[in-house]
Amino acid sequence: MEDKKDILILGIESSCDETAASVVRNGRQVLSNVISSQIELHKLYGGVVPEIASRKHIENINQVIEEALRQAEVTLDDLDAVGVTYGPGLVGALLVGVSEAKAISYAKKLPLIGVHHIEGHISANYIENPDLEPPFACLVVSGGHTHLVVVRDYGKYEIIGRTRDDAAGEAFDKVARAIGLGYPGGPKIDRLSKEGNAEAIHFPKAHVADAPYDFSFSGLKSAVLNYLNGCKMKGETVIAADVAASFQKAVIDVLVEHSMMAVKEFGFTKFAIAGGVASNSSLRAAMEAACRKNHVKFYHPSPIFCTDNAAMIGAAAYYEYLAGTRHGWDLNAVPNLKLGER
Amino acid sequence: MKILGIDSSGLVASAAVVEDDNLLAEYTVNYKKTHSQTLLPMIDEIVRMTELDLNTLDGIAVAAGPGSFTGLRIGSATAKGLGLALGKPLVEIPTLEGLAYNLYGTEKLVCPMMDARRNQVYTGIYEFRGEELTALMDQTPLSVAELAERLNETGREVILLGDGVPVYREILEKALRVPYAFAPAHMNKQRAGAVASLGLRYLACGKAVTAEEHRPEYLRMSQAERERAERAGSC
Repeated sequence: MEDKKDILILGIESSCDETAASVVRNGRQVLSNVISSQIELHKLYGGVVPEIASRKHIENINQVIEEALRQAEVTLDDLDAVGVTYGPGLVGALLVGVSEAKAISYAKKLPLIGVHHIEGHISANYIENPDLEPPFACLVVSGGHTHLVVVRDYGKYEIIGRTRDDAAGEAFDKVARAIGLGYPGGPKIDRLSKEGNAEAIHFPKAHVADAPYDFSFSGLKSAVLNYLNGCKMKGETVIAADVAASFQKAVIDVLVEHSMMAVKEFGFTKFAIAGGVASNSSLRAAMEAACRKNHVKFYHPSPIFCTDNAAMIGAAAYYEYLAGTRHGWDLNAVPNLKLGER
Repeated sequence: MKILGIDSSGLVASAAVVEDDNLLAEYTVNYKKTHSQTLLPMIDEIVRMTELDLNTLDGIAVAAGPGSFTGLRIGSATAKGLGLALGKPLVEIPTLEGLAYNLYGTEKLVCPMMDARRNQVYTGIYEFRGEELTALMDQTPLSVAELAERLNETGREVILLGDGVPVYREILEKALRVPYAFAPAHMNKQRAGAVASLGLRYLACGKAVTAEEHRPEYLRMSQAERERAERAGSC
């Protein structure tokens, strides 16, 4: 018997194209993690269509939540709180999860905790790493975000670097489209890169002059497109695998470089990655090697906790719950929510 | 029998509780604040005012579309969440029927309309036959000119209502050749009292769905789907 009561939280996530629900015990133990992905549907359009995503969310959400409860072998009466992503993300998509979560917590008289999507991604690292506690640095890389974050404490974040233009995952998607791989680009480029030569083409690594931790990927994306155009004009055959590998290396080199610079500057002994792109195998390998070289312990979630999921929202909601964060029935979706805002 | 009614399909947000022949409470706001911020606090207010135990509800009636896509989903997700948590059935009220029901008992035709943008309205033509609300034209997106034409064809007097009225009033006034009137303020917009009241009748005759089954009826594809279908049609 534990002397402290377990805290069970239902997490709900619908900020983009995944409808997800999860039951998490004490912020770290995932009892269920149900994800209904819409990727196949959005592939038809080459990217996420917000209205279609919102429509699918409302069709699937009850089933996803009920399945999460069933797999966790709990009922709503066993829960201590409901956590839900309320931003950032697609407003129409967020509103489905937020409205549903509010209604459930209202009907069951449960505390409602709005969670920042990025805080969720960062917290995904707590799930499989019982020893990980703040402070640490975390690189969040996904289709919508590229943030270098200092995690001072649970719920206390400082963004020290961010992208000035495209998110890393966005650059993957755009380059994948240009070399005919389709959507989503990240996993496809990751796979194809293994067959290519990363040194074949030299693509520029953009640095932002006055902000050493910031990123810029639009120049790199343009360089790839220019290269492809150049080949076409000269009638040269493009070796897609080489383009993919060389592009991916250029992205990863910058991500690793900035991350290690931050770790050294702030004197962290722990470094984590999070977000959909964190499941990229080459990025993981490069980060792992760099961390080892710098005597820093490297943390990363399993791929299932990297892409959008609700277990990470349940994990983040737990620490917000402990900190006393409670939202009212007027909680709204905030598409451009800033990290650390309540 | 007791039912909670919700309508956030248009500019108005509205919540009501009806028990048998009594409207216990209704809260309707026609103001610019977003429904996501107002709807649940409004429900909470009427629940507290009437000391309602949500578990005693027999169902939840929701204006199920058409309407603003986002507005519909706020109402639907709220109803689905309540239905899931309370284990109660949902009653889907077609938005235009709910609007028409505000004019219960009139011998004139009832034509509710909501602004659907792109020069169209979501509309329908209804009449009361005894106690029954009957659709002469089911709810559909239609151009205002076409709607006027349909109304003229009936040759009957009609009452117009809905948030499409102020937008298209001048066009309607020019085009209509049948006698018409515009419904007054207390009955010309969505009211959850009407949704709940109609919902109770539907529930009594078994017209209910599970919270899981319910989804809004948009009556329109998304823009991306429409453009994709057009492209497919052109080649």
